[in-house]
Amino acid sequence: MKAPILRTLFGKAEVAPPPDIEAAALRSDRFRLEREHDWRRLEDIVVRMEKGRLRGLSDEDVLALPALYRTAASSLAVARETSLDAATLDYLDSLVQRAWFQVYGPRHGFVAWLRQFLGGGLSRAIRAIWLDICIALAVMVAGTVAGWLLVAQDKEWYYAFVPVQFADTRVPGASREVLLESLQVEKDAQGMSAFAAFLFSNNAGVSILAFALGFAFGIPSLMLLIHNMAILGAMLWLYHEAGLTLEFAAWLSVHGTTELFAILLAGAAGMHIGRSMAFPGNRSILSAASESGRRGAQVMVGVVLMLVAAALLEAFPRQLVGMEGRLTIGAVMLLFWLAYFFAFGRKRKATPA
Amino acid sequence: MTSQAAPHLAHRARRRRDVVTPEGIALPFTVAGRSARAGALLLDLVIMFVTGVLVTLALIWIAGGLFDAVGGPGQMSGAVEFIVILWTLFWFLLWNGYFMVMEMGPRGATFGKRAAGIRVASRDGGRLTPEAVVARNLLRDIELFLPIVFLLNAPSGDGGLAGIAAAAWFAVFLLFPFFNRDSLRAGDLIAGTWVVEAPRATLAEALSTEGAARAGSSALTGAEYRFGEAELAVYGEYELQTLERVLRDGRPEALESVHEAICRKIGWNPGKGDERAFLEAFYAQLRARLEADMRFGKRKADKFS
Repeated sequence: MKAPILRTLFGKAEVAPPPDIEAAALRSDRFRLEREHDWRRLEDIVVRMEKGRLRGLSDEDVLALPALYRTAASSLAVARETSLDAATLDYLDSLVQRAWFQVYGPRHGFVAWLRQFLGGGLSRAIRAIWLDICIALAVMVAGTVAGWLLVAQDKEWYYAFVPVQFADTRVPGASREVLLESLQVEKDAQGMSAFAAFLFSNNAGVSILAFALGFAFGIPSLMLLIHNMAILGAMLWLYHEAGLTLEFAAWLSVHGTTELFAILLAGAAGMHIGRSMAFPGNRSILSAASESGRRGAQVMVGVVLMLVAAALLEAFPRQLVGMEGRLTIGAVMLLFWLAYFFAFGRKRKATPA
Repeated sequence: MTSQAAPHLAHRARRRRDVVTPEGIALPFTVAGRSARAGALLLDLVIMFVTGVLVTLALIWIAGGLFDAVGGPGQMSGAVEFIVILWTLFWFLLWNGYFMVMEMGPRGATFGKRAAGIRVASRDGGRLTPEAVVARNLLRDIELFLPIVFLLNAPSGDGGLAGIAAAAWFAVFLLFPFFNRDSLRAGDLIAGTWVVEAPRATLAEALSTEGAARAGSSALTGAEYRFGEAELAVYGEYELQTLERVLRDGRPEALESVHEAICRKIGWNPGKGDERAFLEAFYAQLRARLEADMRFGKRKADKFS
């Protein structure tokens, strides 16, 4: 541990003293001493790569890495059959493993990954789970309708659905003016950005939960979707009774088209995992789960980005813009997401990513 | 192979998996122990918690300074608001980003995992992709924090039967690693990853180039140790590697007792004062013999075989 660090600290001054190969009494030690120099060079390169100091690597080192790795790997194979030197075997085991992680390490950095992710990777992942999106959409619509119908039948349901934080003035029997008041345009943007930050971290937490719960065959994700949409249905009914349907829809759609879409995707991604574990097809359950999990993770990164947009929309345009503006923004955002997810990046599908 | 040759490593052999790399080399991985992973997690949580508290305190201190500088809460709401945003986003990023960013790095491990000598790797022998790291970390909430919340609440009976059922259900996630061979947690399962040991061994000196193993005779007394066929036949690979450890550690009392044990076993009269040279010579000759047999495909795991 210590020696390589010191060596790299003092630059390339490290040249191991030529080992006295002939002095070794054992054949396996001679084998080791002959190759030791290559191993140490490989270790030096690997340590520098692990520390992320790629600039310190010369071109020769980079070119030599695969060859050195194969040398070390074949040394390990030979040593396992000919040497009983436990220290050398342990060292080679660890060296080959570390070198393997670097040789087969991430090929591009975070920025390059983000570029390919936004430039088609996300859209492809979302198109791949279209069936789950359809199911989640149906469930959400059903949840809204159920919320509406239940509250329409019996007002007591409203209190069962809607959490206390929303049911301040917005309760059944409230007058039209009070309800209109709750949809008002704010006078200025003070306090709004903190509100946006809070909304974002709260919603992102919920959608991560919806995704994670999909692991239990998707059922809890669906329940979460139904519950949330039932709240929406109940409130929709409330405003409809007061004749404010359009105003409420405008108020909601500014950020709602983005946020509900994000929640839809999170639920669908969770369900995708649950569904592929319940019905893995010809694959093993483990490989089906990991394949869908990686796809779902891409969708979830997209969901978090969408929620950032939704929080910004919710905090500023929703509180500051009038009804027509709200409707326009909501529709434009919805069209944008649909175009981006389902029309963008189609051509790249043919080329191997 | 190692499992036959070294019985002292048998308990590790159960956790050993050979992954065949794309160029056809069987690379041995050791699945990390559950205790090592739990320790790494605790360490990470402590790091996250301490960082979070320190940043929170710093922000509170800055906000307090703002109050003093401006003189009243009325003027600087914009600055305070900015601090609140910073704080909210910081907690979100710390909570969700710490594991992801650290595991996406070239070492595939958080600080806690590095300290425990383990790392995340792809189960199929391919490379560890960013998607896999994201997937395995998104499940942390339901595996760790929700179960703990529910388990703490269930005994109070507030949630009724549903609370107890939820606690039992979440306990499944919490205890997931205990019910499979590779100690995968739910996140590992859906990401196609596992956590393996990442040993960082340094190359020790070759033993046969020094001392009596090289010269064949003791530098101290000049005595030359030669062991016969029957004397070398009593020990196997396990004893050889134990002797190697004793020689590398070089503790005098261990050298003495091992020296005495070997002399008793092969029927020599143990002398005093020249233990190291004796053991070096014995080690070199025993290893030469066992390795020569090995080249003909004959292996002797230990003294009983």
